[in-house]
Amino acid sequence: MVVAAASSTATSERTPVLEAHRFSKQFAGIRALYDVSLFVERGEVLAIVGENGAGKSTLMKILAGVQRPTSGSLRVDGHAVEFSGVRDALRQGIALIHQELNLAPHLDVATNISLGREPSRFGFIKRAEAERQARKYLDAVGLDVSPRTIVSSLPIGKQQLVEIAKALSTNARVLIMDEPTSSLSQFESQKLFEVIRELRSRGVSILYVSHRLGEVQDLADRVVVLRDGQYVGGLSRGEIDRQRMVSLMVGRNLSQFYHRIPHAPGAEVLRVSDLRVPTNPRHAVTFSLRAGEIVGIAGLVGAGRSELLTTLFGVTPATRGTLTLGDQTRPPRSVPEAIAAGLMLVPEDRRLTGLLTAMNVKRNLSVASLRRDQRIGFLNRSAERQISTAMIRLLRIKASAEQVAATLSGGNQQKVVLGKWLAMDPKVLLLDEPTRGIDVGAKEEIYQLLHELAGRGVAILFASSEMEEVQGLADRVLVMHEGRIAGELSRSEMSETSIMKLATG
Amino acid sequence: MTAKLLGIAAVLLAVCAYTALSSDRFLLVGNIENLVHRTALFGILSIGAAFVIITGGIDLSIGSVVCLVGVLLPYLIVERDWSPWIVVPTVLAMSVAIGVAHGLLITKMRLQPFVVTLCGLLLYRGIARGITFDQAQGFGVGSKGLRKIATERLPIFGSSPEVFHLPATTMVLVIVAIAAAIFLNRTIYGRYLLALGSNPEAARYSGIRVDRMVILAYVLCATLAGFGGMLFVLDINAAQPSDFGSSYELYAIAAAVLGGCSLRGGEGSILGVLIGAALMVVLSNMINLVHPDYQNIEFAIIGGVILIGVMLDETVRRVVAARRAAARNSAP
Repeated sequence: MVVAAASSTATSERTPVLEAHRFSKQFAGIRALYDVSLFVERGEVLAIVGENGAGKSTLMKILAGVQRPTSGSLRVDGHAVEFSGVRDALRQGIALIHQELNLAPHLDVATNISLGREPSRFGFIKRAEAERQARKYLDAVGLDVSPRTIVSSLPIGKQQLVEIAKALSTNARVLIMDEPTSSLSQFESQKLFEVIRELRSRGVSILYVSHRLGEVQDLADRVVVLRDGQYVGGLSRGEIDRQRMVSLMVGRNLSQFYHRIPHAPGAEVLRVSDLRVPTNPRHAVTFSLRAGEIVGIAGLVGAGRSELLTTLFGVTPATRGTLTLGDQTRPPRSVPEAIAAGLMLVPEDRRLTGLLTAMNVKRNLSVASLRRDQRIGFLNRSAERQISTAMIRLLRIKASAEQVAATLSGGNQQKVVLGKWLAMDPKVLLLDEPTRGIDVGAKEEIYQLLHELAGRGVAILFASSEMEEVQGLADRVLVMHEGRIAGELSRSEMSETSIMKLATG
Repeated sequence: MTAKLLGIAAVLLAVCAYTALSSDRFLLVGNIENLVHRTALFGILSIGAAFVIITGGIDLSIGSVVCLVGVLLPYLIVERDWSPWIVVPTVLAMSVAIGVAHGLLITKMRLQPFVVTLCGLLLYRGIARGITFDQAQGFGVGSKGLRKIATERLPIFGSSPEVFHLPATTMVLVIVAIAAAIFLNRTIYGRYLLALGSNPEAARYSGIRVDRMVILAYVLCATLAGFGGMLFVLDINAAQPSDFGSSYELYAIAAAVLGGCSLRGGEGSILGVLIGAALMVVLSNMINLVHPDYQNIEFAIIGGVILIGVMLDETVRRVVAARRAAARNSAP
């Protein structure tokens, strides 16, 4: 398929504005992108779609000069180029509009647009000239605000247009947009699409990355689908529809990886009622978990999965709503309270929030149970040793008790974080991306362990971006979309297509 | 950790040996007594600083707390005629309150430790100067009994004036140091301090009440600074508000860092801190005895030594880490 893509560029009669040839990118041994080729014609919208982690962002960053590919070559207007930074890309007319806007919020629009390229004489900024230029590019994106407006006073949709105006002011011919509508309202999105169409008609090329397949269908001239860092297919104008994109995005067979152990769920152990997560206070979340049940949370990046889990754990207090655990009903307020009630979280980012990276395995395993095992404030060192030895054996952690946690492999680190909670006998175990960045062997062991825990009556709630993991592990799945639970699927209703449908809204 | 302790101990011995060879006054009983005594006083401040540094914070107000307590103690006893039985608990309670205030500002208001304690540095010295109208404070010939805790020399090797007498402050330091070491290494709270210094977010996600532990660290630091300030003024019997305790926080922080408390938090041993404090005192003594004409640049010499120490430490850390990584990669 890669070869096919490459040859189709050769047969195209016009020279593409931008042509990427066999890009690969490795991060510390992890393959983020493998042998991907694509091209963009003048004045077309090329959409790039794929699941989380498919390599879209990496590809965009390479094209914009933010990162360098491990291998592969790039042509602009048929000439080979090499970018060693964003400036090189800008010089060739390629600009990236970031997902998080890159404007200086406290400065005005004109200053932002001309930032770093101010029209000046003897080092003094020619203010009137800067404003005149700013107005020109604001007109080009149809934005009717004064160049003197402070950026932070504009709504997010207009800020995005300022960013585009800024890109145009650098004479950008290729605009790379990474999830441009992720924080826009319906109306603002429509406005943006008009601008994109207008730019296209004037010969600007747009590389459009989005999870929202509806938008892609409306907007794109062609679609490139990535999966697991590889090119898996392209669709041209007439072929673009949601079904085709979804099947290309997910299209793989479930492996024989998940030895499912059927468990009969017991009584309800956790009930979450009308919970409002502070980052998304408009939507209430309500669901319950039964003992011995494994429930997955699926959703796209930014759907609010991690936020839901950290709120349940008491890291960020909920703005409203309660949590019923056993015979107690209360709003989730603090981590120690959650732990005391038997609810524990294995967080998404091990190095940031899971591990005491500079401390040894033993101290990491015992840190949560020190309080319980204390002897009037003093460490109970024999209990600490016992926990450490028991967990190293139970979880088959391949490290000594004295080894510093930061030096462990990802899989062993994750086992240490799990072991910390197992020593506390959780009733409800929350896991955020339980197997992210760990090798296949450790993955399997962790799945095995979660099944065993469920068998012993622990209720397990895990969030995962890996479709395969959700389907392989979960008894049922809650699909989140924009902060709310968009739907629930039982084991028999679960398919990659049904999950993606709910997740893309 | 042990390698680090040996390293700093070796540096201390080297400086001692150099000074002893260069000056015949270094090994005089009086000088040794004085060194032990000053190490004890600075050691107490340094242990306080260590608790804050272990959590990844910093306390720049130590010297000013020393000043405020050091000035108030004689002021209240002599000028205001309060009973020492009231004054001592009062100034110690004030130190605790200062620590609580620092901790609350840092945790609840989310201010930077550097900024909070920098303001403390300016504030407490200003208050001390204001209360006393910038007049030096002392006990005169009074408060002899109270002063003994700082001035007494214990005749452990007999009462002959030629033999070494142990300064009473050493006993105080030993008690403080043992208590601090037990607290840090044997209680769950000490472990929590180390944990939150290692990774505050992970500590929070492990159920540690991080805010309370940070407040505790600043309380320990300010309290030990206040206690140290008391000992300093009882010893010297005179406190000039404009410079009493000035830049002592730097000695304390330097001692803690040299003793192995990483400024990035999560590490620390009390013994290391004491050796660090001794090194600071001996370095100062060396300049006095061997290079008296270099006294003007004492800070520069101390600064240079600390910088070299920290650079060596970082280099060793990197080499060890690189070797570990290499060993891991070559393993099957």
